[in-house]
This record gives sequence, structure tokens and C-alpha cells, in this order.
Amino acid sequence: MNDLVEALGISQPQVSKHLRVLREVGLVDAREHGRQRLYRLNGRTLKPIYDWAQRYERLWNERLDALDDVLDELKRGERDHGDQVR
Amino acid sequence: MVTRSGKGSAVLTLPSDTEILIAREFDAPRHLVWKAWTTPELVKRWWHANRGTVIQADIDLRVGGRWRWVSVTNRGQEVAFRGWYRAIVPDERLVYTEMYEAVQQSEDDEGTLNTVTFIDLGGGRTLVTMHTETYSREVRDMIIQSGMEAGMQDALDLLEDVARSL
Repeated sequence: MNDLVEALGISQPQVSKHLRVLREVGLVDAREHGRQRLYRLNGRTLKPIYDWAQRYERLWNERLDALDDVLDELKRGERDHGDQVR
Repeated sequence: MVTRSGKGSAVLTLPSDTEILIAREFDAPRHLVWKAWTTPELVKRWWHANRGTVIQADIDLRVGGRWRWVSVTNRGQEVAFRGWYRAIVPDERLVYTEMYEAVQQSEDDEGTLNTVTFIDLGGGRTLVTMHTETYSREVRDMIIQSGMEAGMQDALDLLEDVARSL
């Protein structure tokens, strides 16, 4: 908790509030350890969101991979014609 | 959220419920990336995303000018997007509206506001960021889901190819 307060630069009540929300949706797990409460990130909960967005990301990857090929050709064109743009 | 395919790697993030941000580095100087993004004959060669053919890439590159890009998917479906340019800073920034024609509700429905920024990284490399303001979570989700549908379409195309070969 103190680490998070320091790293995020927000107050402890604010950090507590965020952690409570994250715990409610299962993004972090908490366990008591003496007087401390230890939090652990539960990445598995993010998997559905990742899967959901991944195909859209793939669409753009395929599009921009094709753009790489177009750019390679444009670079060759500039080199061959010597018309360097400065 | 980072996945890799091919030689480059586009990074998709969802900064808020209504925004989409994609970032990608290119091993090419900025003016060439700009050229490939704003020249119809070049757009036709990369916009297809291996899902079909770009049959139209109209670009009236001036503030207030219209654009319309049309693809035909491998299954023969026509997919058209259009909008108009709101701001143009050559080699640096392009701001335009984007409407997927199939879902346009009314004439004044302008769809999303896109900002493409071209950043010179030096050494002949360029970082492109594409920011989309969708104005609603529903539209944001629909756009993300469209990728999913395209993926499904891929799978169906493959299935069809396999079926044909039997």
C-alpha cells in the first residue's frame, strides 16, 4: 500500500478506494499478512478484454505490415533516383 | 495489450471508454509514411489488411475536403468509409472524421474523430499514433468488435477454401 501511495503520488484513501474496486472485479487478490494486507495482480481476469481487443489489433497489424512493404519500395525509389528530401 | 505479427508491432490501447489508440513504428522517414498515407494509389496497396481489395481511395487533401475509401472483402462484401479533413499539417498531423457508411444513422452523424500523428524518431524512423474519439462506448465497442468479425470472416473464408478443395 505504501509502495503504491509513493509510486502513484496519490493519497492512501484514494489508493484504498481503487484497490477495493479492483478487488471487487477480481483484478487483484488480497490476503492479510500480520498487520499488512498484501495485494497481488490477477492477470487472468484481463484475458477476456485482451482476447476481445486482439483481433482488432491484428487487423491493424496486417494493414501496417503491408504498409511496411510500400515504404520499403518508396525508400528504394528515393535512393535510386537520388532525390533526397532534406 | 501487445501482440506481434509480421515484422512490425502495432500496440493498441483503450485510454478511456470512448477512445482507441494505436501506435506503430516504421523503418522509414516521416515524409514517406505521410506520402503512403495520403496518396490514393499507395493507400490501395496497404489498407486491404489481407481481407480483400481496396477499389476506391478518394483523397481530397485540404481542410474541408472529403475522403472515401471502399474495400471489397474476399467474400464480395463492399465496405465503405468516408469523412472530411478537419486539420492538415503536412508530414506531421492529419485530423479527420470517419464514418462507416453501413451504420450511418443520419446525414449529420459524422462518426468518429481521428487524429493521426507522424513523429520523426530520427535515424530514418517514424512513430505513427492513431487516436480515435468515438464519443460513445457503444461505438467504441462496435469498432473493436468489427475486428473480431473480420477475424471470424477470415476463419469462414478459410473454411470455404478447405471445403472447396475436398
